[in-house]
Amino acid sequence: MHELAIAQSIIEIAEKEAKNHNSSTIKKIKVQIGEFSGVVKEALEFSFEIAKNGTPAENAQLEIEIVKFKAICKTCNFTLEKIDDFNLFCPNCENVLEIISGREMRIEYIEIE
Amino acid sequence: MHKIDVGAKILQANEEIAQENKEIFKKHGVFTVNIMSAPGAGKTSVLEETIKRLKDEFAIAVIEGDLQTSVDSDRIKALGIPAYQITTGNVCHLDARMIHNALHDFKLDGFDILFIENVGNLVCPAEFYLGEDLRAMVYSVVEGAEKPKKYPLMFHEVEVVLLNKIDLLPYAGVEIDELKRNVLEVNPTAKIFPISCRTGDGLDEWINWFRNRVKRFKENVKS
Repeated sequence: MHELAIAQSIIEIAEKEAKNHNSSTIKKIKVQIGEFSGVVKEALEFSFEIAKNGTPAENAQLEIEIVKFKAICKTCNFTLEKIDDFNLFCPNCENVLEIISGREMRIEYIEIE
Repeated sequence: MHKIDVGAKILQANEEIAQENKEIFKKHGVFTVNIMSAPGAGKTSVLEETIKRLKDEFAIAVIEGDLQTSVDSDRIKALGIPAYQITTGNVCHLDARMIHNALHDFKLDGFDILFIENVGNLVCPAEFYLGEDLRAMVYSVVEGAEKPKKYPLMFHEVEVVLLNKIDLLPYAGVEIDELKRNVLEVNPTAKIFPISCRTGDGLDEWINWFRNRVKRFKENVKS
């Protein structure tokens, strides 16, 4: 349950950005979370509700976009998209697949007043 | 109301502090290892056995992370090794700032190796870089063969997997090759060492590999 730490980091970054733009009211925070990060969406939403109290993000809405996991084989273009079948060896040519998305954990934008 | 593009990594602050830690370790010539595992896989036992075999060659220090108690750091101190205990309270992982703060009290002068024993947890510690040179995890054979598939992030993020408690294989109902295969499917470049802290099996291979790794680091730091 490290989502609380993640939520606090999100708020800290948003708060700093808002301050840089002379605002003390954050209306919305949009984040991208990869499927292959250790973050559970519901736990992050819950943690955000707790962590935002008493901060400029007190009335902010958190929008979480889940970025799908994807790994590809550079040799035969085989694409692995189901994280439940996690196996980084290509079923066709046994080369190692390269993870191209799913590790994201970033703040895309904020909306301020 | 207006929109501001941020484009920042959420854990940027942690990573910045981790980089500072890394510089501090490097300045002191200390090779740092972050050891992670599920609770009860044998992190402290692996540390004890590793320390016993290397303490005459290298000056070793340990930072222990636990939710509660100083039992683990007491075990390390019993070997004559300085151990600093971080009790995280309810926090399920160590982060770079906790290590940074510990370094204010715990001086690194004269040490060659620092082991950081993370909180027993297969999810959260994987996301928090501490500034270490080596990430290792302990995976005990009695945890079942599917563990790497259930917690792929942790298994993917480490360089070394110490497959512990191989003396219990006859009772675990799993084959060592299946365990190894599952680790490699999640992390194709993982270095796997089957070991038993109880019988000592496999420890020489791990120690030799680790010793060479530390020596390489020390040579690079000097030059």
